[in-house]
Amino acid sequence: MEEKWIAGTPKLWRDIPLIIPFCPGCQHGTAIKALCEVIDELGMENNSVLVVGVGCNTMASVLVNVDSVMVAHGRPGDVASAMKRVLGKDTMVITWQGDGDTLAIGCEPTVHAAARSENITTFMVNNANYGTTGGQLAPTSVMGQVTTTSPLGRTPSHGYPIQGSEFLGSLRGVAYSARGAFTSPANYQKTKKYMKRALGKQKDCVGYSFVEILSTCPANWHMSPIESLKWIEEEMIPQFPLGEFKNVDKIE
Amino acid sequence: MAEKLLIQGNEAIGWGALAADCKAFFGYPITPQNEAIEWFAREFPQRGRVFLQSASECGSINMLHGGAVTGVRAMTSTSGPGWALMQEGMSNLSNAELPCIIVLVQRGWNTTRHAQTDYTSVTQGGGYGGYKTIVLAPKSGQELHDFMQLGFYLADKYRTPVVILSDAILGQMMESVELQTLDFEPLPEKDWAVTGKKDSKDGNRRFSSIAQGMLPTPRHPNLCSFWEDYKNKLDSIKENEVRYETSQLDDAEFILVAFGYVARVCGQALLWARDKGLKVGLIRPITLWPFPSKIFEEKSLTGAKFLVVEDNMGQMIEDVKLSVQGRAEVHLVSSLDRHLPIEEGAIYPEKVLEKLEEII
Ligand SMILES: Cc1ncc(C[n+]2csc(CCOP(=O)(O)OP(=O)(O)O)c2C)c(N)n1
Ligand code: SF4
Repeated sequence: MEEKWIAGTPKLWRDIPLIIPFCPGCQHGTAIKALCEVIDELGMENNSVLVVGVGCNTMASVLVNVDSVMVAHGRPGDVASAMKRVLGKDTMVITWQGDGDTLAIGCEPTVHAAARSENITTFMVNNANYGTTGGQLAPTSVMGQVTTTSPLGRTPSHGYPIQGSEFLGSLRGVAYSARGAFTSPANYQKTKKYMKRALGKQKDCVGYSFVEILSTCPANWHMSPIESLKWIEEEMIPQFPLGEFKNVDKIE
Repeated sequence: MAEKLLIQGNEAIGWGALAADCKAFFGYPITPQNEAIEWFAREFPQRGRVFLQSASECGSINMLHGGAVTGVRAMTSTSGPGWALMQEGMSNLSNAELPCIIVLVQRGWNTTRHAQTDYTSVTQGGGYGGYKTIVLAPKSGQELHDFMQLGFYLADKYRTPVVILSDAILGQMMESVELQTLDFEPLPEKDWAVTGKKDSKDGNRRFSSIAQGMLPTPRHPNLCSFWEDYKNKLDSIKENEVRYETSQLDDAEFILVAFGYVARVCGQALLWARDKGLKVGLIRPITLWPFPSKIFEEKSLTGAKFLVVEDNMGQMIEDVKLSVQGRAEVHLVSSLDRHLPIEEGAIYPEKVLEKLEEII
């Protein structure tokens, strides 16, 4: 009888003797699970390379059973652009990054990879702060958000959040841009659909594709896992609405 | 015989890279290396090779990371300010053990004119972590061409970035260059290259990391095993790859020391000095790291005096002093001895001879 995988640990999740360092209720693990499933379902396991920056998200470079590269904080956009150009259209080049990695220190590589319409796909896990370094202000922290470097809450003097999906969607070189979340099973499925569409653009050589994934950081938000999910729905989604912002079959 | 061209040093870099079968170039405009990036923009795409202009030198060095990690020969070129921006990347490429070439066409601090002001930065490792990279210092267009091939060979042999240290004079000057393809020993297969699992021989995924030791790689399960291997690699480079050139050393009582184009200035001073009956010789380090310390050690025991000539305020002289360990006098001719005290000024052989006669 043919075996069919229905639920549980995804096939591409590596079984390694390492304690997974995610805090309880952190959705990085959920996001990496979705990534494993998407690559597997599209049959891209053997012709994908994953380029990962620095942050809690770095664990993706260890956990996903595809060829992977861990690079400088913020620089996956540069590394992936070069890899794609060398390896050619048959290799899927995917970056996996945090919001600080993508939009603060990595703003230059991200924006220019998008502007050059590089045939790569960026997945940005947005947890509204810098998880790894202890919950500092990120370019995606929402107005009023208390972080360790905005102890009285984000004010106009800290500047305003960057809405990555809308911003990148406004660039001519971008083929696809969307924002999803994992706040419910329905959203999980929808986000996976966005991720597959993004990879489809790369497969069809349309141009740069981007999916932002809203994700919890209970440890630094000082909330329970349940409260964190609620915070995404009540505080993040109003400022970071879910949906597709660009979806074209040809860059004009 | 191979074809000969009358070209700028910056273009010789390109022809040398082609002879080494370099597949990808990444760069950002900066004087005095612009002819190099323009050469690659013109010549690489038409040969099916990758040329990509970055948005900064942080971009160049990380694109280079992407090129190198696929296993192809890849390179970038820049000048001082760009080199400074590349330092985090240099640390990362060293930790990840990725072979590649960085050509540094030096300028005079932040003037766009000639000088040799980046010796210390390239030989000491300007980034973090305590890495070292092989540094080759050519003195002519021909050597720029040939050292590109030697550089890629050494980079692949030791899995390390290699710096080719040029400067505005070498880069801009036109010389006759023979487009010869050099032969080297066979190199190990790049089974570590990250290209997608379809190419993996054992079916296992490949993983390249800038944090070897923290995130375990098959080669290095922990930090100390990485450090130990890395140190062994540096020791092996020091043991096997020291290169230098000497001239009339046997009976020399006064030894000129110079690298790059300045070695040619010293060559002229040496001829004049010998004509005058002065027993002068020359040591020209070709690998600036690893520095050819042994020949200095040896010569310091003969009672010879050293005159270091460099177009900066005195950088290589530190390595010479370390090598002679106080056993010999070490003097300096520096940028302060240029024939004019301005950007366009240069160290002339007359000045070198004058200083030699002073010491004597
Ligand atoms: C050049 C450099 N600067 C700073 C750091 C420290 N650092 C590591 S991770 C990180 C922020 C990560 O935040 P984000 O990208 O949002 O990812 P998260 O940890 O939240 O998943 C910082 C600042 C670094 N590793 N390298
Ligand atoms: S610090 Fe935040 S992002 Fe990092 S593992 Fe913990 S909960 Fe997740």
